[in-house]
Amino acid sequence: MTPAALLDALFPAGHSVRAAGPVLAGTARTAAGDVAVIGTHGAAEVGAEVAHRLAGELLTVLRSHPGRPIVLLVDTRGQRMSRRDELLGLAGYLGHLAATVGLARRRGHRLVAVIFGEASSGGVLPLGFMADEIHAVEGARPWVMALPAMARVTKLPLERLEALSRGSAVLAPGLESFLRLGGVDETWAPPLAPRLEAALSRPAGPDRRAEAGRERGGRPLAAEVAGRVVGGGGG
Amino acid sequence: MRPAALDRRSWREATARRRVAALLDPGSFAEWLPPAARVTSPHLAALDLPVAFDDGAVVGEGLLDRRRVFVAAQEGAFMGGAVGEVHGAKLTGLLRRAARERPAGILLLLDSGGVRLQEANAGLIAVSEVLRAVLEARAVGVPVIGLIGGAWGCFGGMGIVAACCDGLAMSEEGRLGVSGPDVLETVKGVEELDAADRALVWRTYGGKHRWLLGDADRLVADDVAAFRVAALELLAAPRPLELEALEAEHRTLSERLETFGGAADAREVWAALGVRDLDLVARCEPDELVRAEGARRRTR
Repeated sequence: MTPAALLDALFPAGHSVRAAGPVLAGTARTAAGDVAVIGTHGAAEVGAEVAHRLAGELLTVLRSHPGRPIVLLVDTRGQRMSRRDELLGLAGYLGHLAATVGLARRRGHRLVAVIFGEASSGGVLPLGFMADEIHAVEGARPWVMALPAMARVTKLPLERLEALSRGSAVLAPGLESFLRLGGVDETWAPPLAPRLEAALSRPAGPDRRAEAGRERGGRPLAAEVAGRVVGGGGG
Repeated sequence: MRPAALDRRSWREATARRRVAALLDPGSFAEWLPPAARVTSPHLAALDLPVAFDDGAVVGEGLLDRRRVFVAAQEGAFMGGAVGEVHGAKLTGLLRRAARERPAGILLLLDSGGVRLQEANAGLIAVSEVLRAVLEARAVGVPVIGLIGGAWGCFGGMGIVAACCDGLAMSEEGRLGVSGPDVLETVKGVEELDAADRALVWRTYGGKHRWLLGDADRLVADDVAAFRVAALELLAAPRPLELEALEAEHRTLSERLETFGGAADAREVWAALGVRDLDLVARCEPDELVRAEGARRRTR
């Protein structure tokens, strides 16, 4: 889905969201009032500069529009993989971005993420996956690492990984897997605007992704283990 | 007399449980979901891989200078400390419990390659849950301190988690990044980064460089006692999760891009910082570097 088509479908009442390089930012009208829109497009690689710009857009919203809901648009193939970005301290830039989203939540901004392209690793962790609700439009592609690279790093045979991934939400890239694991709440089919309106109208709650992963059969233990540690964690 | 170095107890060489025991007041640690609970990964058997009875994560509570703290330690000897479903859930549970019970702080003994690729998608979501839980603990005023000095360093999503802590202490041997040297070489080629070039890897990711740039707040020797001192100091100086503080951090990171964004190598960064003897950085003990260049390094 192109950013233009997505924005028109999400915000039929109008928007002023513009792309500057890989970064999308602006304001949109909804039935519930104005919302801030921040994200990336074009399967963006999130390096130090992009992460810094995204954090800057968020800080502007926090400063100028306290409490305004924030819609995060996700299309990223992951962190920028370069020696130069690592040298500069990419972890610090991505961490700053995540902390800014955490501050937005603390200050009462509603956070709804919509994955409309790719969603991977260090690109989605500090922004899209920090939202209160994480949704995806049809055709979105969340993933961690392509199977050939995974085979090289884990030293497991590629044929074996391919065979196993066919039946495994844990290994198979894609939206179906992330739904089963609780990492994505819902898949949205058109019309998108009512889905977004409904998401924005729900109150923010605690992180329930582990519970969703258990209910959907993708992550059998995460919710139970976290719960046992919270509750005392004896033998 | 023996040199002081021989009296050190190496952080890097210690297991996760030994690091915890040496860091906290003697005998004060109580582990939650210990190995006797036999909570193991539900995904590794399908790959014919062995499990660990703690899934590589040690969590619990203890005393640090008589104050109650929560501790999580990653065991690098099991799958490089990488985060799978259970490992991540133990960390998330600890952080959520802290948000409820408000201990004096949380210590994260990080030693991890990041997402456990054998549990790829579940690992990514688990790291995301940890990241969110760190920020929610900070949001209610419980300081989170990261300590990095293990053989696996701190990479991938756990590198982002480390950067979200109130304070970070690293040893010279500790490494912090997102895409680690092996991943960079595998994905981008040896021209991007030669993972076998130890000096290059060290000055790109290592504790001294991270401390000079301000990503790490304390640079310590590879010594459990030095990490304990750093943890106590950092617990006393939390970074508030407030708008003004993040705006100031934003300006600091902006200045870093402007000043060092064109540097191709750490030595150029150090020269731009005003470090006079670039060779000294590699050669000297951490405390010497702190004395010599503490005034010139960046802080956050």
